[in-house]
Amino acid sequence: MKQRQWDALRLPLIAVALGLLVGCILIVLAGNNPATAYWALVKGSLSGVTELGRTLDKATPLVMGGLAVAVAFKAGLFNIGGQGQLLLGAAVAAYFGFRFSMPTVIHLPLAMAMGGLAAGLLGWLVGVLKATRGTHEVITTIMLNFVAANLTDWLTSRDGPWKDPESGAIARTPLVNESAEIPRLGGLPTGFLVAVLAAGICWWVFEKTNFGFEVRTTGLNPKAARYAGIKTQRIIVTTMVMSAFLAGVGGAIETQGVAGRFQPGFNTGLGFDGITIALLARTNPLAVVPAALLIGAMDAGSTLMQAEADVAPEIISVIQASILFFIAAPSVVRFIVRMRSDAATDDDMRLSSGWGA
Amino acid sequence: MTTSVLRARGLTKRFPGVLANDSVDLDLNRGEIVGLLGENGAGKSTLVKMLFGVYEPDEGTMEIGGEPADISGPADAIAKGMGMVHQHFQLVGPLTVADNVVLGAEPRSGLFIDEKAAVESVRELSEKFGLDVDPGAVVEDLPVGVQQRVEILKALYRGADILILDEPSAVLTPQETDELLEVMRGLAATGVGIIFITHKLREILAVTDRVVVMRGGAVVGAADTAGSTQEGLAELMVGRPVIFRVEKDQAVPGPTVLYVQGLVARDDRDQRALDNISLQVRSGEIVGVAGVEGNGQRELVETLTGLRRITSGTITIDGEDVTRASPRDIHRLGVGHVPEDREKDGLVSSYSVADNLVLNRYFKKPFSKSGLRDFAAIARNAEKLVADYGVATPAITTGVGTLSGGNKQKVIVARELSETTSLVVASQPTRGVDVGSIEFIHEQLVSARDQGAGVLLVSAELDEIFSLADRIVVLYRGRVVGDMPAADATVEQVGLLMAGAVDA
Repeated sequence: MKQRQWDALRLPLIAVALGLLVGCILIVLAGNNPATAYWALVKGSLSGVTELGRTLDKATPLVMGGLAVAVAFKAGLFNIGGQGQLLLGAAVAAYFGFRFSMPTVIHLPLAMAMGGLAAGLLGWLVGVLKATRGTHEVITTIMLNFVAANLTDWLTSRDGPWKDPESGAIARTPLVNESAEIPRLGGLPTGFLVAVLAAGICWWVFEKTNFGFEVRTTGLNPKAARYAGIKTQRIIVTTMVMSAFLAGVGGAIETQGVAGRFQPGFNTGLGFDGITIALLARTNPLAVVPAALLIGAMDAGSTLMQAEADVAPEIISVIQASILFFIAAPSVVRFIVRMRSDAATDDDMRLSSGWGA
Repeated sequence: MTTSVLRARGLTKRFPGVLANDSVDLDLNRGEIVGLLGENGAGKSTLVKMLFGVYEPDEGTMEIGGEPADISGPADAIAKGMGMVHQHFQLVGPLTVADNVVLGAEPRSGLFIDEKAAVESVRELSEKFGLDVDPGAVVEDLPVGVQQRVEILKALYRGADILILDEPSAVLTPQETDELLEVMRGLAATGVGIIFITHKLREILAVTDRVVVMRGGAVVGAADTAGSTQEGLAELMVGRPVIFRVEKDQAVPGPTVLYVQGLVARDDRDQRALDNISLQVRSGEIVGVAGVEGNGQRELVETLTGLRRITSGTITIDGEDVTRASPRDIHRLGVGHVPEDREKDGLVSSYSVADNLVLNRYFKKPFSKSGLRDFAAIARNAEKLVADYGVATPAITTGVGTLSGGNKQKVIVARELSETTSLVVASQPTRGVDVGSIEFIHEQLVSARDQGAGVLLVSAELDEIFSLADRIVVLYRGRVVGDMPAADATVEQVGLLMAGAVDA
């Protein structure tokens, strides 16, 4: 068992190391000291409660976005629409947050759930199109990203119905009422706990329930799933809704626990980082948490890195992109580190079904 | 005439963790037919791929026509006089026979292909070797057996005097197979040396001069065919004595379990694949469905098991109308389904043996309790079935994809037959399975019958149909063209029906 766990960890760890190495090279080329830069990165993300809180703030929507992608992968679906689903969830949670006033025990979870459901609706659309018409989910989720981005832009624009009347030229919603805010515990965001809980539930669903077994079977071999009597079309729709719901809740937590409102542009890119995280976690829901923490810490520490080492924060994006590259191209990694390919190990993940049918 | 055309010594090929060929020797003389016999995974393919230059041997030497030869690739092999006919033809359907034969080595006049010369040389070759192929015919309109001869012509056109035939009879009717054997004899008589790969002992005995038996990557026996027997070769191939005749008593058919009336269905390309099929299976009998592949067998099995929509007609199982029933509804009626393509349909290869053994029952008690999986019950189920059905696996947690073909099939048979009460639909249950497992699977099908299940056995192997079936139904172009008691049927008669030569 130990050997297998190590095998599963090996590729992601090497990918992260290679990603940091690429960053190193670029920092040196830019005439700076990589040691200073990386040390500042660590300090900026971990050195105190404020820093740690910032890391957790950044990591929370990343956990949810990562889960969204990982869950979809289980059914063989590639959800690239995390970004749009997250935006919609964030905006709808904000609306329920500022528009209504009720006791916290109801208001907080209600706003969060409405954010998730609104995103889930997008996922449902994608799932139904895939299951009944065979429309590839990569296409529809990408297109819905634009729909969601423009819709939420409009909702908060000058003529938009959800715009903060006191914000003048700035497009944003009003602050959510206190009863919808996710409290902080000694400076640390409790929204992160919600995300960890979600990861635990996802893991449990896939490992322990019949439904999870059906989803995994559908993802690994849809023909065998049909043969086994699994209604694969229903599984595709349900999984897509679940995936989008998770991304939507991620947006809601961002609104209710970090930003306090919805403001377009706040959450740019979060949905796409979910892909990196899900792959880094090898689609294991529990592993999504550390993977999101890693990416979140990089984001959180990048400001201090700029201040102390004079390294542009964009370098972080390059590192993250390199990690994604090395994860997605295991044969490149094998070539670089001379790792032998064992045909039967789970190094070769089956992620998404092919294009078309 | 013992001029050596091919001589291989000590050919060895290693793949990571596997010794695929262990110091293999092979000789082929002018005008000789050598049978290469062995089970799947015995190393036959690896050997011929080395001969044909697809793989580079790790060790060993080869001589062609007495000269040391170092073959750098298939093109080089062809240049040195080798030709290979693959199981899956490499023909361009809409082109004519002549076009296909000369493709890549066209006779030219100026900038253009000299069509006349092409047709003429193909006609000459065809006549010289007694192949009887019309150079002007469009390939996709030809029967499979003739297409295969076009493949042989392609090799001969390129001057092959060494011909490798890779399981050529797998896609043929019995009559076409006989014709192929005749063609092979004719070719050998003109001096072509032939390496004939097959796992059908009857063909080896019928046509070869010598036979080479492989097992586990090594040659375990080489002998003149004249002194060999079916039993002796099988024992060499498997490593233990094999019983050929399936032991079974007279069937005691009971009431009708499966009743199919006027079934019409379309295939994936929306062509009519089943054309007004009517048939019945009674409990306690095995009905064999014979037919050349692609005559509606796949669609028939899929409609019966709920995997394909029916255009019209009715299906009744145990008195219940299942015409529009789902796969799960049909499973609940006690129907076991051994699918044609076990890798694609019957198994999830990255799942453990245990998970695969509950693929059809994971949702039932005791494997599921209020939607949660009971792993202890799943493990008990697996331990029991692995023991009962003799599945050779290191553990029940082993990924099913790492097992051999025979053991994969045993996993499916264990799962589908252990719970069956009314009907078994078995499609090509022994395809690509080792002889030992074939024996076991046949016993299981007979024992399901004896316990009162109706068995519908779809097989492209006539031997299998004849040794197991109590009644034989012949499919041709989606129609039932024959339905008779097995006792009254002859191989010739069924073969003719399969070829569409007679109206039943």
